[in-house]
Amino acid sequence: MTLARVVANIVSTEKHPHYKGQKIMVVQPVDPEGKPKGRSLVAVDGVQAGIGDLVLVVDEGGSARTVIGDESAVTIRTAICGIVDRVDLDESAGSADGRRAP
Amino acid sequence: MKLGRVIGRVVCTQKMECFDGLKLLLVQPVDENNKDAGPALVAFDTARAGEGDLVVFEAGKEAAQANPNGWFNPADAAILGVVDAVDTGTARSGMKGGRS
Repeated sequence: MTLARVVANIVSTEKHPHYKGQKIMVVQPVDPEGKPKGRSLVAVDGVQAGIGDLVLVVDEGGSARTVIGDESAVTIRTAICGIVDRVDLDESAGSADGRRAP
Repeated sequence: MKLGRVIGRVVCTQKMECFDGLKLLLVQPVDENNKDAGPALVAFDTARAGEGDLVVFEAGKEAAQANPNGWFNPADAAILGVVDAVDTGTARSGMKGGRS
């Protein structure tokens, strides 16, 4: 799993049947301090996350399909599986606040 | 999945039978601000995408099972949706889908 920030919501009418009824969001992976790290991903939301939330993202098909509760949706690989309340870091490393980036 | 922009079409006469009837498109990965993110790739289409469309695509083994005909495809990228809008939560910062 990776820490990520939800940065956008995607609206799509014409899509693969596996994604029908799913909330699709753009997530930007971040490091424990909350700084963006690497390329953004598009994930299916399994936990009612919102824009600005710090979330946990699984980027592995079997786990993602378990999160959304549909094992037959074989084209789904990335899912948001948790909303992070806070991250406690070693004092020397500082800490990240979970909800709603400014 | 990742966001991408369809920048072209790939036409192959000689190809594996399992690709018959499928559209192969050239996709430029982009981020949520429409900036290029990495090299372009070829993906087959399952969502009636066309040139200029903003799309979501999957790369990896999940793409191989996306074929609407039900076959397992030897492909590592598939377009799974055409994006109508990307809403970033702040007014006017969202990127519009559709043909550019």
